[in-house]
Amino acid sequence: MNNMSSTPIAPPVKHRSPIAGPPWFRLVLITTSVLFIGMLIGLPVAAVFTEALRKGFDAYADSLQGEYAVAAIELTLIVAAIAVPFNLVFGIAASWAITKFEFAGKQLLITLIDLPFSVSPVISGLIYVLLFGANSALGEWLMAHDVQIVFAVPGLVIATIFVTFPFVARELIPLMQEQGTEEEEAAILLGATGWQLFFRVTLPNIKWALLYGVLLCNARAMGEFGAVSVVSGHIKGETNTIPLHVEILYNEYNFVAAFAVASILTLLALLTLLLKTLLESKFSSPTRKH
Amino acid sequence: MMNQFIIGLFAAIMVFAPAAARAADAVQMLPVQMLNVSYDPTRELYEKYNAQFAKFWLDKTGQKVTVRQSHGGSGKQARSVIEGLQADVVTLALAYDIDAIASRGGKLLPADWQQKLPHNSAPYTSTIVFLVRKDNPRQIRDWDDLVREGVEVITPNPKSSGAARWSYMAAWGYALKKYGSEEKAQQFVTSLYKNVPVLDAAARASTTTFVQRGIGDVLLSWENEAHLAKSEFGQDQFDIIVPTISVLAEPCVALVEKNTIKRGTQDVARAYLEQLYSKEAQELAASLYYRPSDPEIAAKHANRFAQLALIRIDELGGWDAVQKKHFADGGIFDQIYAQ
Amino acid sequence: MRKFREPSVLPGFGITLGITLSYLSLIVLLPLSGLFVSTAGVSFAEFWATVTSPRVMSAYRISFGASFIAAFINVFFGLIVTWVLVRYKFPGKRIMDAMVDLPFALPTAVAGIALTALYAPQGWVGRYFEPLGIKIAFTPIGITIALIFIGLPFVVRTVQPVLEDMNREYEEAAVSLGATRWQTFCRVILPELTPALMTGFAMALARALGEYGSVIFIAGNMPGVSEIIPLIIITKLEQYDYTGATSIAVVMLLASFLMLFAINLLQSWSRRRRDE
Repeated sequence: MNNMSSTPIAPPVKHRSPIAGPPWFRLVLITTSVLFIGMLIGLPVAAVFTEALRKGFDAYADSLQGEYAVAAIELTLIVAAIAVPFNLVFGIAASWAITKFEFAGKQLLITLIDLPFSVSPVISGLIYVLLFGANSALGEWLMAHDVQIVFAVPGLVIATIFVTFPFVARELIPLMQEQGTEEEEAAILLGATGWQLFFRVTLPNIKWALLYGVLLCNARAMGEFGAVSVVSGHIKGETNTIPLHVEILYNEYNFVAAFAVASILTLLALLTLLLKTLLESKFSSPTRKH
Repeated sequence: MMNQFIIGLFAAIMVFAPAAARAADAVQMLPVQMLNVSYDPTRELYEKYNAQFAKFWLDKTGQKVTVRQSHGGSGKQARSVIEGLQADVVTLALAYDIDAIASRGGKLLPADWQQKLPHNSAPYTSTIVFLVRKDNPRQIRDWDDLVREGVEVITPNPKSSGAARWSYMAAWGYALKKYGSEEKAQQFVTSLYKNVPVLDAAARASTTTFVQRGIGDVLLSWENEAHLAKSEFGQDQFDIIVPTISVLAEPCVALVEKNTIKRGTQDVARAYLEQLYSKEAQELAASLYYRPSDPEIAAKHANRFAQLALIRIDELGGWDAVQKKHFADGGIFDQIYAQ
Repeated sequence: MRKFREPSVLPGFGITLGITLSYLSLIVLLPLSGLFVSTAGVSFAEFWATVTSPRVMSAYRISFGASFIAAFINVFFGLIVTWVLVRYKFPGKRIMDAMVDLPFALPTAVAGIALTALYAPQGWVGRYFEPLGIKIAFTPIGITIALIFIGLPFVVRTVQPVLEDMNREYEEAAVSLGATRWQTFCRVILPELTPALMTGFAMALARALGEYGSVIFIAGNMPGVSEIIPLIIITKLEQYDYTGATSIAVVMLLASFLMLFAINLLQSWSRRRRDE
């Protein structure tokens, strides 16, 4: 990427790929992409903001300060703050085991890690209701001991962990596979301990992918709707996360507030991702992998 | 390491279990909290009623009460209660959903719950009316106009929405009365649903489809929802048409006895439901276009509610039979789309 | 333990695999096994009747059909987008790069509502198609658009690192040996990208099959025409038919699992072949 010229709209650069093609070709591809992304993603986002600002900025700001909106934002932050670190630790452990060692059943393991992506959100909520709900043996026992998992914060956290489960691991595994094990093996031969090895050798190599995985995991954790909706119980001011609060506002025909609250999620995601892109391009070395 | 890990996970789960903090033997005068699990269109009603009730309870007992609300699709809410949502009272769209709590919820409430409160445990009733575009351009007057060629009807899927089940039964009841046989009634609902271009999953989604997206000529709606939609989206955009026959929709309320005993909230929760029948609450219901059950208040607001013949669900066999016959897999509703 | 893995000098195999397996079992496998348990109550004949009833069959067709089309479109355009993001420089590129992830972040219901508002007959986009007689919202086309929306990041984000990592010497060699641009792309670049494209395709497809929130608003939900599998599951739950709902869920779960497993095997096989 760093061998590109800095002048905009793709003029010839000194050492570009021979198949980058003539300017018209590049222009066609760039236009296609911009149109595609614009139509598919830009327009819905624009629609969200247009609706949110329909009654002016004051109405927009007001809808973010309601009692229930604040409670929902707090709850969402709590849920993400618990779910993301769990998945971070898991993601690192899983990708270390998978990419640094050869063992039987590896593909099966990778597939199982991918599985939460493909489980319908409806089902991922339902499985915890079946497991912890009052009609299961475990649920009955929990009830008897006054422990509430589903329809309370723990249920929200677990469902969120499930939905965002693969993100960090998925981000790290392909990269660490490409990087191989030579560097780590050399460090071990030079007498590094396990932790030194991880923090001095592996972590610097994977930091961008890791950051990226965490950002995605976090964004998805905050935005998850389907699974969380099943385990929430929808108690106003208590178990409604931001997406659930959006649904409530929308169902109250309070469209401005609904889209205003939705827009902060969009904004948050856009800002963190932009920040990450900027950081990455500023600090990355030419040899970085991703 | 692994053990620590698992212990850590469970520690996190335990720390955030709020139920643990709940003392069962709360002293009477301490503030009390209760949870009302309700369906979608009642948000405004209960928001106002909760304030009313809190004042009543404070005056009567000197105790502060906070009523927490949960709203959602009626069936989904019932399932949550069955699966352990700690509701003190349920106020749902149809008796069928509360029956389900009684039969599946591990004795959360008794099977004869509907006899515990006056008027079949329905403090207010409603019916299904038509919301049409201003000045009724398609000249929709009654159910027969809905099966006309080219009329687009908006109503949600009765398999996933409580309100839609009432709409469906209203159409069925009308056809049964008018044409006299079940075969004819089935033909009638079949041609009605052939005119439905979008079958949303929930009642409010249907309202949005009709009002915001501008799709369809007529929306089948709760009477109170039709008035609400009119006032929310502009009096000058829609008209309400009342058919000659519709269904008497009885959204029911019930005490979830097992939960209230466990939480020590029987008294306040029972009073909460009983107070729904008070003059004050009945006035509130009437102001939001729910038909009051109190004859005096109903007479006072008679001009707010159009007179029409109302069919009771019992006349059509009761919810259990209706559910099996119409909405179960392979039932009459599925047959509409089977051809 | 030694038997099933090849020896390595690196530390931490036991502990990392231990964490992985325990966590995986606790969060994913144990709860998912609940689905199988709750279908165990019915006979196989009953199970089979539920999952092959005509209404469910047509929902499979719609769900799989729309998901396949969406995943193909995503692979095609996703590749172009990734190529442009990695190889070209143009103003607004970073914003575009960041925007690719938005479908992950936006609550699916919000996405669904926004897409419906756009593609409904009176919407910003829909109104231009309406006069042409093309209906987008409330038809399978609408479903496909929602599924393209949620699946795109999977394709772009799996292909992007591989393309960034790709050694350009081969392309240059190919071109200097007289290959055309198209030949170089097809013979040199595409084979390298294929495993990543396949993974992206599989993930976009798997995610699309289960998607509910964003589809439900735009689908129209007409039985047999635009009713998707997750909606069938929901309506079964509304009838308190838990076994029916979980039976269909089990079928979908197995289908997704087999598909992902096949793709992962294929991918590891192609990586090994490449490394040799």
